[in-house]
Amino acid sequence: MPVVGIPRALLFYHYYPLWRDFLEGLGCQVVESGPTSRRILQQGLAAAVDETCLPVKIFYGHVWELKDRVDYLFLPRLVSVQKGAYICPKFLGLPDMVRHSLPQLPPLIAPTINMNRRGRGLLAAVAETAALLKADPWQTWAAFMRAWRRWRRWQDLQRRGLFPLEAQELLDGKGGGGEKRAGGRLRVGVLGHPYNIYDGYVNMGLLRRLDEMGVEVWTPEMLPSHTIASHARRLPKELFWTLGRSVLGAASHFLTDPGIDGIIHLISFGCGPDSLVGELVERRAQRGRGFPFLLLTLDEHSGEAGLTTRLEAFVDTLEWRQEE
Amino acid sequence: MKVTFPHMGTVAIPLKAFFRTLGVEVIEPPPITDKTISLGSRYSPEFACLPLKINVGNYLEAYERGADTIIMAGGVGPCRFGYYAQVQREILADLGIKYEMIVLEPPRGHLWQTLGQLWQLAGRASPARIWQAGRLAWAKLVLLDRLDRLAARTRCREKNRGETGELYRQALSWIDAAANLPAVAAVERRIRAAFEEVEVWDITPLRVGLVGEIYTVLEPAANLNIERFLGELGVEVERGIYLGDWVIAHLFLDALRLRKDRRLMEEIAAPYLGHFVGGHGLENISQTIEYARRGFAGVIHIGPLTCMPEIVAKTILPQVSRDWDIPAFSFLLDEHTGEVGLQTRLEAFIEMLRARAEKGTGLNLSGS
Repeated sequence: MPVVGIPRALLFYHYYPLWRDFLEGLGCQVVESGPTSRRILQQGLAAAVDETCLPVKIFYGHVWELKDRVDYLFLPRLVSVQKGAYICPKFLGLPDMVRHSLPQLPPLIAPTINMNRRGRGLLAAVAETAALLKADPWQTWAAFMRAWRRWRRWQDLQRRGLFPLEAQELLDGKGGGGEKRAGGRLRVGVLGHPYNIYDGYVNMGLLRRLDEMGVEVWTPEMLPSHTIASHARRLPKELFWTLGRSVLGAASHFLTDPGIDGIIHLISFGCGPDSLVGELVERRAQRGRGFPFLLLTLDEHSGEAGLTTRLEAFVDTLEWRQEE
Repeated sequence: MKVTFPHMGTVAIPLKAFFRTLGVEVIEPPPITDKTISLGSRYSPEFACLPLKINVGNYLEAYERGADTIIMAGGVGPCRFGYYAQVQREILADLGIKYEMIVLEPPRGHLWQTLGQLWQLAGRASPARIWQAGRLAWAKLVLLDRLDRLAARTRCREKNRGETGELYRQALSWIDAAANLPAVAAVERRIRAAFEEVEVWDITPLRVGLVGEIYTVLEPAANLNIERFLGELGVEVERGIYLGDWVIAHLFLDALRLRKDRRLMEEIAAPYLGHFVGGHGLENISQTIEYARRGFAGVIHIGPLTCMPEIVAKTILPQVSRDWDIPAFSFLLDEHTGEVGLQTRLEAFIEMLRARAEKGTGLNLSGS
């Protein structure tokens, strides 16, 4: 049984159950790298050229952690997962960047997914993966359908207010009632790419800290996709980055939702799309009477003390506003 | 309507010719200075790429001179450039500046759409007039490319340092002043004659390819005059991008789906980069291989700091450099990059190329 590794980074936080269930359905044993750690970060930093953004550096670290204990690495080339949009140029070149940054890698399973090009969509990628693993077509199809259904269910659970990991545990039948955590005194929209929001190492336990402060967290993944899409479409020109659309659509929703007390936007140091999307979000928050907004830039040198202070100050502000 | 547009190298010269022939009043932004760059940087997102910031500086300085309409190109991604205009519009609006902005979105396979947009801009100009304007702009564009190539060939051989640079500056003003096609032809003869006069050494200079993102490659204010600096070090520089070629490829061949060259580039780059990544990421890889095949001494790769496609290229370039035995030097720039720092590193790189050339080959000092 071939062992396939999935790095716990980047769009792992968006696709993991789909990838895992599909590969398992093809008869693979799937292992993922452990949660991001100091060691993983260090290895990523060592492998990357300086100018690389933090999320890709971390991705390298996860690949490094997996590479010697798997037969294959699953590293799809996600060009476009939505017609008319891209992820980010670095995702287009990711398998190549990984190949040229880390030595002695196992073979990569790197199907291309490009919804902008006919014949390069999901089904082609499924077929490509199956061919590489020499899986039989019927088994492939059945595995994919099952994985797809479970992935959709996982997304539904997130829309009911669960974080990806909680939804995963519920899906795997490991505890949890499937209900959102108890409501907090304050409700805050946390914006950002899934790999910034849900990687607790990178954001220094932001979600846990907010929970401890009695703040109820809302993320883009908890919103119905049509809400995000309809807000995102209101721009004079729609963004051509899928993750940017999700951040901006969620931001517009939070800004108009009277139940939301403030917004925290997590961006990565060196992230190209974030540099523009973050600007658009911040400008929207500041216009008019101004909406409580905290921008956190994550980098490899972030200190916990700084985060704690800024977070406490922000939550205090929200509380004062609520008392008024 | 007083039209302006951002600078990028010498593109203002053909653009002015185009709009003025159509009877549209043009207010050119003043030449880019440190003040332009710091002005633009002050109002732009901190981690945006350098061209966006310099554009904003251009708009603000042109506004002071009375411009009220910006003409800007758009795009469909994945690189940030396609969204520049939208962000810039919000920056200007939040500053309370009243600017009209016309964004020319690239045709998604429809040449007619581009032509239609241009026609609207031209304000009821007759087709004959538009044709005339287009031909004049095109003639200037072609001549500018020829001038750039001529200057690169002469500069590295000149006996009196700086002579080519001075002549180049004059030649730009001659091209700019030419009012019609015969005048452009006359200017070309004048330029060729003037370059003949420059005294040169009979030497075989070191040849280096300059690749990277289009704006930083074409705009001397962004790349700290890298082409002139290298030329005056005695290095013959060939760029990966010339404006005319680029316009042909993007404005016409793309629309007519005639990009054979693109297929070829993809094939050359495929062992290293299996997919286009936007901007000039893939082109940089294939051009570096081409320069190696043609026996160039080295490749210099520049782009804006945080530029996504260029970071992909920078990640992969060291491997290309090792496999093809061609030293490559990557440098990503922003508004804080110091001229002296860059020049010191370039000098060291060129020194290394010279030592390598003298030794024949052998030592592989590639990578940066």
